[in-house]
Amino acid sequence: MNAPTYNFAYLDEQTKRMIRRAILKAIAIPGYQVPFASREMPMPYGWGTGGVQVTAAILGPDDRLKVIDQGSDDTTNAISIRKFFQKTAGVAVTTSTVNATVIQTRHRIHEAQLGAHQVLVYQVPIPEPLRFLEPRETETRRMHALAEYGLIHVKLYEDIARFGHIATAYAYPVKVNARYVMDPSPTPKFDNPKMDNCEALQLFGAGREKRIYAIPPYTTVQSLDFEDYPFEPYKHKACCALCNAADSYLDEIVTDDKGSRMFVCSDTDYCETRQAQGHRGSENASPFAESRHA
Amino acid sequence: MMTTIAEMPAGFADKVIAAQSTFRTVMDAMARPGSVQLIRAVSGVPAPMMRGAAAIALTLFDQDTPVWLDEKLATSGDVIKWIKFHTSAPVIADAAGSSFAVIADPTSLPEFDRFALGSPEYPDRSTTIVIQVASLSEGPAYRLSGPGIDGVTVLRAAIGVPDLADRLAENACRFPRGIDLLLVSGESIVALPRTTQFVAQEG
Amino acid sequence: MYVAVKGGERAIENAHRLLAHERRGDRSVPEVSLDQISNQLSLAVDRVMTEGSLYDRELASLAIKQARGDMIEAIFLLRAFRATLPRFGSSEPIDTAQMQVRRRVSSTFKDMPGGQVLGATFDYTHRLLDPALMGEASPEQPSVVAEAEPGVMPRVTDILGRDGLIEPSPVEDPEHQVGDITRDSLSFPADRDLRLQNLARGDEGYLLALGYSTQRGYGRNHPFAGEIRVGEVSVEFVPEDLGFAVPLGSITLTECQMVNQFKGSDTEAPCFTRGYGLAFGQSERKVMSMALVDRALRARELGEDVKAPAQDEEFVLSHSDNVQSTGFVEHLKLPHYVDFQSELGLLRKLRKEFAEANEAPTPMQEAAE
Ligand SMILES: [Zn+2]
Repeated sequence: MNAPTYNFAYLDEQTKRMIRRAILKAIAIPGYQVPFASREMPMPYGWGTGGVQVTAAILGPDDRLKVIDQGSDDTTNAISIRKFFQKTAGVAVTTSTVNATVIQTRHRIHEAQLGAHQVLVYQVPIPEPLRFLEPRETETRRMHALAEYGLIHVKLYEDIARFGHIATAYAYPVKVNARYVMDPSPTPKFDNPKMDNCEALQLFGAGREKRIYAIPPYTTVQSLDFEDYPFEPYKHKACCALCNAADSYLDEIVTDDKGSRMFVCSDTDYCETRQAQGHRGSENASPFAESRHA
Repeated sequence: MMTTIAEMPAGFADKVIAAQSTFRTVMDAMARPGSVQLIRAVSGVPAPMMRGAAAIALTLFDQDTPVWLDEKLATSGDVIKWIKFHTSAPVIADAAGSSFAVIADPTSLPEFDRFALGSPEYPDRSTTIVIQVASLSEGPAYRLSGPGIDGVTVLRAAIGVPDLADRLAENACRFPRGIDLLLVSGESIVALPRTTQFVAQEG
Repeated sequence: MYVAVKGGERAIENAHRLLAHERRGDRSVPEVSLDQISNQLSLAVDRVMTEGSLYDRELASLAIKQARGDMIEAIFLLRAFRATLPRFGSSEPIDTAQMQVRRRVSSTFKDMPGGQVLGATFDYTHRLLDPALMGEASPEQPSVVAEAEPGVMPRVTDILGRDGLIEPSPVEDPEHQVGDITRDSLSFPADRDLRLQNLARGDEGYLLALGYSTQRGYGRNHPFAGEIRVGEVSVEFVPEDLGFAVPLGSITLTECQMVNQFKGSDTEAPCFTRGYGLAFGQSERKVMSMALVDRALRARELGEDVKAPAQDEEFVLSHSDNVQSTGFVEHLKLPHYVDFQSELGLLRKLRKEFAEANEAPTPMQEAAE
């Protein structure tokens, strides 16, 4: 038995070509889900195989890769994916958002604004925004072909009737370039506005469902809403307990069994950068910083 | 005159890295229509193909992508042989079945509806046309807008396709169906995906 | 002071070490060898090869060992390895009529050319735990059975086909290239070549349940096990530069030809229809289930109403792959706290509004208008 050897960035060249062609068509048809022959990857389906395949197809020796899950570089799945590319592509990795050229993410868009030199790769579990309204691929495909999106508006309106609000907190559907309704992946709707007219290319990979889609730079991305019920991004009404940021998406941390809780930035790089700049939150008073200021 | 395989122009020296670098250039071009991007990878080039077109072929063509060549390329036996040898792509006679088309003579570019336009359900199943043009830095000015462009960008290019603006306007009307263009001049490339609005600048 | 959770990298490394330790188990017990797995757990190896889509007993045995006997994990390991293999081309179609048969049963004819060959089967064993196997058992040598002459075992469906009693076996269409679900994403409606490929690598338990459901009336198709045969078939390949077929070797296969309820119309004489199953190794439950589901999925083509789950092509084919299924089910273990926070925030807001509305006389209807 020969020990298996693997190509640069794991995928063989034929697979990369197939994915690359799908990416180009995805960019040419913003928000449209291009079918591709997703491969079995050495991590389970549902754990980022779509994002990993897209990243593997675009990554080169000059890139600096950042991987986040839930906004953090240190979550186990982010570490696992980052290590995979270090091992198979020998690529430079970073946790710094501004220094990264390729950022693969699950469930968040980081806080720092994306630049033109960057590509954001999303891991997508269910790429079809209409799937939970209509389980049949043949049907949803027809709806996209005819831009027949009444169903999703009805669903959002039923929410309003029942709850007084649109009851979708994450994976909030958007319309791309005024044509395709698209699933932004399960990011909180707080992140939706960041996709609109973004300087960077955004690529979406769904491995198990075998779809790739894209938002080119400077493309309108509109969260679906109604004139009398406009889209509103949500975040906890609090500041980060570590860096005092008031504008970032916050994780709620339960600190004891008596209902005490605190809030900290979900984007760890954003939070640490702010702390390094001297920002201090309620749980993070720094005597050194204070004495220096004194 | 036909060459033997030994005399045939080479492919990429480092296939993996050259293909990756060329793809990123094409991806950047497609993501930012109208911007001129430079292909850095070096390969042998069968005349009358241009360096950029050869690199695109080596990067994106394979046995799964039927390729259509215009007469100027098809009648040069070396180009077909080179494509088949280095990419294994089938060279076909009917443009409507092609994933890629390569055009060396823009003045005789067939109408777009001769190529694959995709279907409303699968608009991605359409031809990407690689057109070799005289210049992507000098020539008439065109105003471009649409996804990938911050407002409006101006492209100066000697493209040579008759009525290109009209054809692209017609192409846009078919959206989401449609062809996508990659213009090549030497090692420079410019992409015009189906979403780009393309008008000749007045005056 | 609060410190954010760190050290995930070390945690992962430790988990890997622990896993390797637990896989090995008690180190005073001899380690199981790949040969032992391949020989003594041979049906497990067959299943992993079939659903892993790779005919390699040694690697399948390795996968089972590495997966600690978790079959779906082993199938996943084999698939992930397969995905990296270069593709030289497609073999010539195999011919199961030329099979070196080790076992062959038909429920439709008492006897036929070549006869019934019972072979090695659990079928008529009494399912009593055998204490003899608790130690090292050395079973009696089987009496030598004369090998069947090649060519004297026509397939039962071929016998029926000569009289036109069963629909003809589909003939290869040179215009239509056989699809490949490992190279193209499946689109619907899917032709039978793609459906059969999907079922061949589909989860045995899933196909078993679906096949069973057709027998219980959810898309009943009156099946008879026309024939199940197990044996060796040779595989040939035509290298482009040679232009003629060269043998690559032989593989063990199990084939099931199900004979199903007849169809007919004003213009067509009635005849039986077919359901087909094929798998690597000896995998009888798999091929029988597959044949039942294949027949159920032909409802559209045969003009039957599509009413039952097993007839629903999108449903059946989209959920048959256990590597995909397990990945997505198990991914719920990954952190989802960003989404959960988002949902929590919304829920709190809705509850607050509900409480306020029930205190104040402002009716909820207002919001609904
Ligand atoms: Zn913070």
